[in-house]
Amino acid sequence: MRFVYFFLSLSITVALVWALNRQWPLGSIKSPRIGYFLSPQQGFWQNAESASPSFDLAVKSPELKGKVDVYIDQKLVPHVYADNDFDAYFAQGFIHARFRLWQMEFQTHAAAGRLSEILGKEMLNTDRFFRRIGMVYGAEQAMAESEKDSTSKIAIDAYAAGVNAYISGLRPEDIPFEYKLLDYEPEKWTSLKTYLFMMFMAFDLSGRDVTTDLQMTNAKNYFGWDNFRQLYPLVQDSLDPIIPRGTPFSKPVKRPIAPSDVAVRYLSSNDSSIAYSTPDSKFTPKQPDADNGSNNWAVSGSKTKSKAPILCNDPHLGLNLPSLWFEMQLSTPTYNTYGASFPGAPAIVIGFNDSIAWGVTNAGRDVMDLYTVRFKDELKKEYLMNGNWIMSDQRQEMILVKDGANVSELIPITKFGSVLYDKDFNVPDSRGLTVTVKWTATAGNQGIKAFLLLNRAKNFNDYSAAISQWTCPGQNFVFASKAGDIAIKQQGKFIAKWKHQGDFVMPGTDSFYQWQGYIPMQENPFMINPVRGFVSSANQKPVDSTYPYYLGSAGHFPLYRGIIINRKLNEMNGITPEDMMKMQTSNYNVFAEMARPALMKYLDKNALTPNEKKLIGEMENWNLRNDPKERGATIFHCVWDSLESAVWGDEIAASKFSLPWPDSYSLLERMLKGKGDFMADDIRTKGKTETIQDAVMIAVRKAVKHIETLEGAGKVNWSVFKDTYINHLLKLPSFSRLHLGIGGGENIINATKSNHGPGWRMVVHLTAETEAYCVYAGGQSGNPGSVYYDTFVNNWVEGTYNKALFLKREAAASSDQMKWRMSFSN
Amino acid sequence: MKLLTSILLTAYLGYVVGVYTNFPWWFFVFSSAVIALTIRQSAFTTFFAGFTGMFLLWFILALIKDTSNQHLLSQRVAPMFGLGNSSLLLIVVTGVVGGLVSGMGALTGYHLRRIFRAIISINLE
Repeated sequence: MRFVYFFLSLSITVALVWALNRQWPLGSIKSPRIGYFLSPQQGFWQNAESASPSFDLAVKSPELKGKVDVYIDQKLVPHVYADNDFDAYFAQGFIHARFRLWQMEFQTHAAAGRLSEILGKEMLNTDRFFRRIGMVYGAEQAMAESEKDSTSKIAIDAYAAGVNAYISGLRPEDIPFEYKLLDYEPEKWTSLKTYLFMMFMAFDLSGRDVTTDLQMTNAKNYFGWDNFRQLYPLVQDSLDPIIPRGTPFSKPVKRPIAPSDVAVRYLSSNDSSIAYSTPDSKFTPKQPDADNGSNNWAVSGSKTKSKAPILCNDPHLGLNLPSLWFEMQLSTPTYNTYGASFPGAPAIVIGFNDSIAWGVTNAGRDVMDLYTVRFKDELKKEYLMNGNWIMSDQRQEMILVKDGANVSELIPITKFGSVLYDKDFNVPDSRGLTVTVKWTATAGNQGIKAFLLLNRAKNFNDYSAAISQWTCPGQNFVFASKAGDIAIKQQGKFIAKWKHQGDFVMPGTDSFYQWQGYIPMQENPFMINPVRGFVSSANQKPVDSTYPYYLGSAGHFPLYRGIIINRKLNEMNGITPEDMMKMQTSNYNVFAEMARPALMKYLDKNALTPNEKKLIGEMENWNLRNDPKERGATIFHCVWDSLESAVWGDEIAASKFSLPWPDSYSLLERMLKGKGDFMADDIRTKGKTETIQDAVMIAVRKAVKHIETLEGAGKVNWSVFKDTYINHLLKLPSFSRLHLGIGGGENIINATKSNHGPGWRMVVHLTAETEAYCVYAGGQSGNPGSVYYDTFVNNWVEGTYNKALFLKREAAASSDQMKWRMSFSN
Repeated sequence: MKLLTSILLTAYLGYVVGVYTNFPWWFFVFSSAVIALTIRQSAFTTFFAGFTGMFLLWFILALIKDTSNQHLLSQRVAPMFGLGNSSLLLIVVTGVVGGLVSGMGALTGYHLRRIFRAIISINLE
């Protein structure tokens, strides 16, 4: 009997420990190991940082060549003063890891197609997708190319050494919270991970064509060329390009030549290329947000009160916690720079130094094309080109799967890029076509070097030399210097394309459809010290139609922020940094300014019910600002949305295949030209042909009904309706910041949408002593158990800024604004 | 006195074992079992002492962390366990988990002791 009791109680104990030491499936996710997670000596309680923490630390490492002093100010911004380059990047790597280790590793795991390794088989298709577009291949190419250059190699290797110094000093209980939640451990950091991170950014900023090229092909085939052209126009009437209209361009060295059969084989509606069907496929590729973009501008001393230039930049990307950005100062005896860095990479990416300031916006140029290729057989060893069978490179990658069998992924690489879609993956249509992706990001780029050089740049020539290293994704680099120069250049390795090349999926059996070459970098759009006294960019088309190269489909280029930025800068004089902050956070809706009169012109007010009249009246009297409390902004948004649905929603819904939603300017510019009836007919109503007047009435009725429900729920105020939130990277609600009362939106300088927007805002006044203001939608610490996890979020919502503390080493050592100190020595 | 001693000893040894964070979190089952092997009490009292010692340790350690953290993290974690925004409930759950494992470890130790005693008494006969 005693044995029975003993074994019974032993079994229960073992079972209890087993159950509490195991991850239980919860739908598609898994619980943490409860016992471990709750254990106060090992689990999450260890991440509950003191509310008045100390970040003082003395780091010893034999790898260091000199001494590094790091002073950390009260915003938890570290100021790094190193004796040499190696030590500076070592310290940066260490500090990034100290505050953002989990995020750095998670983002590079995502880029490397390794999420299945930590999250299980649910992520397998996402991983296969990233591997097939060439993220790992591209990172390897970039690393091989970059390591030929000592500046990059020293920085990236030193950075990795710093990250690893931090990791190796971690006790098991000190690992970041999310590792404990998902139950895995940090691994060694490598230089390749920095390149993977850069690939991640390249995908985010130039990867939309994995989907849009297929959708545009479907749209062309479905609507027929003429209707397609109307719906997705190449020309934007109201465009105010980065380089002002009328600027002359030099004759191109070499023009690309379109294949002779392009009209029949490529542009016709019944080309044999592809129909992209989402319904049959189990996986929809994650497409980067169409509004991944930014604003930047610089005003020269002729327009400022102080006579010194001011430079501004706010990049618009997904809003996440921990933030993509980390604020810091980095200095050695040869340079001193401050701004936003990427946890995962060395250097300051957007910022300033003692002599200049710089910023970036996305160029949005088309650098990713899809081809349909023909393989001889399922082995995919030989593919057809110009009638001959050519050998492909057979790249094999292994995907590890948590609690599952490893998956070996075959990625054949052809002259038309790597195989993206085929029978085994996301069957794009019933005809068994194989689609490859060709992308400049995988062509062996210089990675971070442009930023390393910008950090050291002293003048315009240094800036030019620095950015000439940048290839992908194309960026508009804005520049201002204390010497008084302002400039902007659209920089990248851009393909010299014949008209419409790569707008659709191209035949990948014929070398004529290959890229014929790149645009010489000296022909990239560029401007220095213009008479108007400012340069700016907001992802719009960089140039007018006189530019000698094809820029790609207009859908790549948002139109309206550029218009309002240039208008405001033209009007402004005696500018102060405060004016610039006010402008960066402006909620004025220039799209609504143009669209509202067009709507009203076609609206028969006499036909409205009293409540419709009241709400439309509110929209008419609205001040055109998408401020948090404006009701008119919500009404306008709903009416315009409903109008787009009424005009082309019916045609799009009738398509078997997925189509791109046309851009708003397409409809607005037709209405402004009196051609609004195009597609206004509702194809579902037989025997009746609706006009734009009918469509506007349908839209108003639908919108008003919707607003009435919103009123019931108290959700008509713009910020409540828009409901901006900053998501934790694992989308855990209690770790996110929800329901933020911030205005702005699409087409507005303050481009804050629901989960996307100007996550980093910076204004730099280049007076003798640099005066800079920054704020971002996050906090310096990635630890959700830290008071510094979301420090800046409220400031960011309110549109206020923090003044950057930009001191020399001696001044920093004695500054009373520095709260903590880290020292590094060997 | 025996009860108090075994509770305090459970908590103390549980803490000491826990300092070595390379060991698994549940390593204290051994210390709790050894205490039960050593200190003779009834089955219920043994379980109670094992439970209470570890409950108190985990409860207090979590409470200290949570207080100096001003409940920041617990407020974010509690909703994941369906505990609303209650930091205190999360601390109690933490204590109960540690307590249950420890109590069962102690009870197993108690039964092992009974077997040993039986063997010893048989040998004596």
